[in-house]
Amino acid sequence: MFHQVKQAFRSPKFLVGFIIFTSLLAAAIIYPALSMWHPLQIITRPGFAPPGRYVNIQDVIQVRPLDRRMILVDVDANRLGNVVADEDVYNMIYFLETFLGVPVGHLSVDDQATVIYYWNNYYDPTYRHAGMIMAEHLAWTRFHAQLQVALDGTIIIAYRDEEGYLQEGAGFDTQDFVHIRDIVNVYHFPLGTDNFGRDMLTQMLSAMLVSLRMGLIAGLVATSIGLTLGLVSGYLGGFVDDAILFITNIFTVIPGFILLILITYSLGPAGRGVTVVSAVIGLTAWPWTCRAVRSQVLSLRNRDHVNLSKLSGHSMPRIIVKDILPYVASYVVMALILQISTAILAEAQLSMLGLGPNTAEVATLGLMMQWATMFSAWQVGAWWAFVPVILAIALMAFSLNLMNTGLDQVFNPQLRDS
Amino acid sequence: MRGYRRYYGKKLLWYLVTLFVALALNFFLPRLMPGDPIAAMVSQAMGDGAVIDAEAIRAVELQFIERFGLDQPLPMQFLIYLRNVVRGDFGTSFLQHPRPVSDIIGESITWTLALQLPAIIVGWILGNSLGAIAAYLRKGFDKGMMPVLMFVSNVPAFGLAIVMLWLFAVNLGWFPVGGGFAFDMVPHFSWDFMMSVLRHYQLPFWTMVFITIGGQAIGMRSMSIYELNADYVKYARFLGIKDSKIIKYVFRNAMLPQITGLAFALGAMVGGNIVAETVFSYPGIGITLLSSIRGGDYPVISAATLIITIMILLANLFIEIIYGLLDPRIKAAQQDV
Repeated sequence: MFHQVKQAFRSPKFLVGFIIFTSLLAAAIIYPALSMWHPLQIITRPGFAPPGRYVNIQDVIQVRPLDRRMILVDVDANRLGNVVADEDVYNMIYFLETFLGVPVGHLSVDDQATVIYYWNNYYDPTYRHAGMIMAEHLAWTRFHAQLQVALDGTIIIAYRDEEGYLQEGAGFDTQDFVHIRDIVNVYHFPLGTDNFGRDMLTQMLSAMLVSLRMGLIAGLVATSIGLTLGLVSGYLGGFVDDAILFITNIFTVIPGFILLILITYSLGPAGRGVTVVSAVIGLTAWPWTCRAVRSQVLSLRNRDHVNLSKLSGHSMPRIIVKDILPYVASYVVMALILQISTAILAEAQLSMLGLGPNTAEVATLGLMMQWATMFSAWQVGAWWAFVPVILAIALMAFSLNLMNTGLDQVFNPQLRDS
Repeated sequence: MRGYRRYYGKKLLWYLVTLFVALALNFFLPRLMPGDPIAAMVSQAMGDGAVIDAEAIRAVELQFIERFGLDQPLPMQFLIYLRNVVRGDFGTSFLQHPRPVSDIIGESITWTLALQLPAIIVGWILGNSLGAIAAYLRKGFDKGMMPVLMFVSNVPAFGLAIVMLWLFAVNLGWFPVGGGFAFDMVPHFSWDFMMSVLRHYQLPFWTMVFITIGGQAIGMRSMSIYELNADYVKYARFLGIKDSKIIKYVFRNAMLPQITGLAFALGAMVGGNIVAETVFSYPGIGITLLSSIRGGDYPVISAATLIITIMILLANLFIEIIYGLLDPRIKAAQQDV
């Protein structure tokens, strides 16, 4: 046994697969444990937030203790009075009406905010208007630049006075900086957040573990059914063999995925727990293992040591377990590995159709994909919501398959790449 | 020829039995739902809020009870079900009430067939050629190609679909972002409509081709390597037979398992592609299945799964017929009879 394991590690394919797989597994176990959040904890506002560092908005404007803080996005008319003279405003209105097609009489000198609004929307400093001399054009561009500087960063901290009106407390400009260490609420989302405002990385790594566990359950169910049926069918032969082979053949042709859809749909939303769905996936995936084990047992059953065992009067279960099982063991391990990888994929596909595990406690890779497509992450360009998940699924299946191929080459010398 | 007839007769019979089992599963599995199946179906349809028209549901319910003889014993119900299936009568949809299910399925299966059949065939041919070339050339081509192909073959079809959409439709704007044709068009025969369909066809088609290539190339490569190392090849080389002649035999022999492999992998392939279809909002069976699952539209789900199963059975039967013609061993076995 030890010798076989050692041999497996000599295969470079197995080794690479094993390294990828164990690093994924280690990341999935360690990171969520160290992460400051629960995988499904909602941290930010809804909406996909791109990867990066985030500062809580409170911290941004928390400069001095005031009872109310607010950001004034709209331009304050009084403040503007200090920047732009009435004459300038008059000129701006003239310009807007003459060159930019704003209806005459629509704007007035008293309503500076509207003038500024129109100006910012319609004035294009790069466009040269016909019939305007160069000096004039440059004067306007300069004025525009001045105006932008004056308007920039008009964030005003206000407090509420006795009558409940907001009063300007303190303004601060674009030259005020705070060291990032002094800000309390700095969050780092290496992979951004999903549409619910949950940290993608924590969620994805913990989902990987859940998916892997589902794969393992499904794989164990499928392999144990397949192994048992294959052993019995191959060893007993005769009618039992015919019957089992018949059923197995039927289920290899009837697509397992369709059966999966039918069964999970029949279970209803309440019945689709994580474990139940994994077991169902396992229930639809056994025919492969059964066929392969059966054909191996068929060739083993007339070997000398088995016949000897029979002559010695050993019971059938004992012969199967002691004399046949060890020979198919390596194959069964390989089949299990393959089953795990297909089960992870099956879960993802089921979840995409809305038939995946119905749970609010854990995320699975499939559910994450379902959420990403439901909120059309790809349409809004939120690649961080699906590319890492797809990569995780693919890498997991890839590493498992590499391990399987490596093992196959160890135990099947004919397949070795000379 | 008589031998062939027996061989195909046996195959046909076996597929009929399988079809019967598939029908039985399709009938009995949903009826294992706890409680009254119709009530469960209706409550599921109502619960999701997809169907607002309670009147329609009641009508469908009554129609269902009558049409499927739900007041009769189970074996009798099954017979009624079989009769309805033979007639192509799957009842009416819950979601699109007066519309018969066979109409909905008939439309979407056409789109699915038009997409998946060519995609799988093209992918199979390209994949096998690539695998054979990799096995023959080995060295750099093989070393560089294999890890990529192995990785690609493990990317789920729907995953590749989303990435393709994001890259080529959203970011680069080369292709439309989904659907089977422009959303402001009604299917009809015209040059504009055909062009629109063709433009919408590209992304789903190449996604499926790409996915198929990965798995097929790996299988073909290892089969070819296995054959290239076989004794008959070594013997032929000792005899001094030309390499090109040997290669022909090798690939022909490596091909046979690939054909049966296709038959067995077809179910999983089609399943994966159907999920990918939903990503592209391609008007095929995938989106029909998805919307009926969301809306609890039981009659459509039942019919859709049945149709997919039947299609896969037919494809398998077809592959087996071809296989019978190609495999010299089967020919030999039949001639003995």
